[in-house]
Amino acid sequence: MGNEPFEEILMGNEAIVRAMVETGTKVVTSYPGSPTPEIATAINSIPEEKRPFYFEFSVNEKVASEVAFGAAVNGNLSCVFFKSVGLNVALDTVVQFSLMNIIGGLVIVVGDDPGANSSQNEQDNRNIYHMARLTVFEPASPKEAYIYYKHAAEFAKKEQTAAVLRLTTHVCHAREKIGFGALNPPPLFRNDFNRDNGPYIALTSMALEMKAGAIQKLKQAKLFARTKGLNTILSSDKNQDLGIITSGLTYLSVLDVLETTQTCPDILKLGMINPLDEEILIDFLSSHKQVLILEELDNILELQIKSLAFDNGINTSIIGKVDDDDFIGEYTPDKTLKKLAATWPDLVSTPANDEDALFDVPARPAQMCPGCGHRSAFFAIKKALSASDITVADIGCHTLGFMPPYNMGEILMCMGASTGMASGLSLENSKRVVAFLGDSTFFHAGLPGIINAVFNRHDVTLIVMENGTTAMTGHQDNAGECISIEALLKGLGIEQVVTCDTYSQERLTDLVRQSLAHKGLSVVIASHPCMLKFTRAQRKKTGYIQKHISIDQETCTRTHACVEQFGCPSFIRNKDGRVDINLDLCIGDGSCRPSCPEQAVGFDREEK
Amino acid sequence: MKTFNIYITGVGGQGIGLLSQTLLRAIDYAGIQAIAVDTHGLAQRGGVVVSRIRCGDAVHSPLMMKKSAHLVLAMEIHEAMRGLVTAGKEGGSLVFLDVAWQPLPVRLGHTTQITSKEILDACQTTGITPIKVDLGRLKDSRMQNMALLGTIAGKKLIPGTEPHHYFDALDDLLAGNVLKENKRLFKEYMSG
Repeated sequence: MGNEPFEEILMGNEAIVRAMVETGTKVVTSYPGSPTPEIATAINSIPEEKRPFYFEFSVNEKVASEVAFGAAVNGNLSCVFFKSVGLNVALDTVVQFSLMNIIGGLVIVVGDDPGANSSQNEQDNRNIYHMARLTVFEPASPKEAYIYYKHAAEFAKKEQTAAVLRLTTHVCHAREKIGFGALNPPPLFRNDFNRDNGPYIALTSMALEMKAGAIQKLKQAKLFARTKGLNTILSSDKNQDLGIITSGLTYLSVLDVLETTQTCPDILKLGMINPLDEEILIDFLSSHKQVLILEELDNILELQIKSLAFDNGINTSIIGKVDDDDFIGEYTPDKTLKKLAATWPDLVSTPANDEDALFDVPARPAQMCPGCGHRSAFFAIKKALSASDITVADIGCHTLGFMPPYNMGEILMCMGASTGMASGLSLENSKRVVAFLGDSTFFHAGLPGIINAVFNRHDVTLIVMENGTTAMTGHQDNAGECISIEALLKGLGIEQVVTCDTYSQERLTDLVRQSLAHKGLSVVIASHPCMLKFTRAQRKKTGYIQKHISIDQETCTRTHACVEQFGCPSFIRNKDGRVDINLDLCIGDGSCRPSCPEQAVGFDREEK
Repeated sequence: MKTFNIYITGVGGQGIGLLSQTLLRAIDYAGIQAIAVDTHGLAQRGGVVVSRIRCGDAVHSPLMMKKSAHLVLAMEIHEAMRGLVTAGKEGGSLVFLDVAWQPLPVRLGHTTQITSKEILDACQTTGITPIKVDLGRLKDSRMQNMALLGTIAGKKLIPGTEPHHYFDALDDLLAGNVLKENKRLFKEYMSG
């Protein structure tokens, strides 16, 4: 990372890190979640001694927001970043930010996930920013993500507040060449906290006075947007009747579609999406006969703009969401084309038949990796359960247990919700209830549900799927590195807590049976290191020899237990029923061996 | 430059990230304006990985419309079919490896593995030129991406890019023995 201006091809997530350094951000916190984890990867690529700011993975998004806030009211420009649904976890804290005088400034980077590429929903967090009275900058590209972070930081510092940089999945993950600015020497760490900078106690009538301050800061945001030219009009000079209001990546979809048209409506691109600058909107609405609002997910802009037009007696025809489908999924160039063609058929031709069911292609759902300890666990646990038992899933790699051949985890909500849901399901229920919970999630939001189950004596068996990392999002560290889950649970007074390596499948089956027989909360910690992480580390060592599994074709009677019940992706099923090993995938862990009733699965180096 | 869309697909773990980044850099070294984006969702867990590179002066979004890829690159046979069907443009090309990482429905016996012949037939139906990369010489599966890259460079499938642009890109992204080995293999496949 040089001190002089330079050009480099970077991902949106990576470009933001340069902006953090250029703006003198001093404290950065996060809880990992897609689409933002590459921000942390980029931060960690700077050696800690050279990194001009403090960085931590906090235990969850709420704590991350509090740590960043604490540093910011001490006078340091700070940043917290997390994924879309992370804002739900952080909200109790984040909703207070606009009331506070954050002297150092605070940037909240949230990665929304339209299309639910890697999330349990595609919630539109713009709904929340309106309530939380937060100023929101929305870039359309990696280049803009870099520039808008700097704007957000400047505004947050100037107004002593928090500002949001709203990213979406394909802005986070897009790559392009970006021109970066020079670096100034990093500012010194500040210790300027003083209650006189506040008030910082928002209780009863104080909260109302502080709210008035939040409203004033939003007014300043509109002026800031004007000064920086964040909301811009692209005029075609060809068609003054039609206009489009849009923002973010949808703006680029619109430009792509309009490359194919003869005439081009005027476009108002909003770079600041909360608060909206009424001045430019009124001007744009008044100068067009028909305005289409193109926004993916919810109709946030539409409702505000229609209200603005009504209040100002503007008779322009305003078109927003029409069908249910308009509220669902990313506004990709294809979807935008369809919407534009439906609105203005004379301008944009209806797309040709885009059916792609010409050939059948088998689906490829995500799955647990070769050697994954969770697979061994599900294979063993299934033997201890009866068909009537209810299994409750949680967030993490082990969520994938819901798929065949394991079919474990019949209901899923959000981070840490399994024990609470299982407790409710267990009430007055003759069926046994089993909850699954990952180790990072255990610390993130799992503990309150467990403590509740102890406190209210719920009859649930909890299986903690411990792999020693936050695997799903790319192997970030978690509190399990320094806190023993078993000791913690025993400290809560839970009598039945046992730990078992998941490769010891018979023992794990027995322990789950015993735990199910226990009245009250029982816990099995099903432990095995993440084998993806482990194998990657092993491969880097000199002299590493890759082992594999082999199948003795003479012994094999083609029960297919290995490929159908254990289900490791390393097995190859041939048309004639023969099973082979995909040597590109197999890591030679041997966890599949107990699955074969004929003992035909062995290590390739073994004498049989 | 006229718009040129590249759609790269395969399975998480096959090295699509490096392939895509090398291509984007090579295109940039050739002085062509380009933007790329990866979609990987839960790909680290054996799901589909898609990367798109869009070149040209009139390109805006990194996402491309269906059936608009001039070049589809597939590291895996099932994903070759999926990419061909969803992204391939009539008159374009498909470069693919005859490598199978069987998806779940195949392993469970619900359907059968897609064959190289089915890909060739599908290409004929859709008007796309198939180019199958012969991996016979390759020992290390982790370098299959270089075989694909070398083939693309050798056949000059991306307008305006020359072999030295690819070498410059590899120099940026790799180092030491890994760079040396990857370059050697790249050269071998480039020469055909």
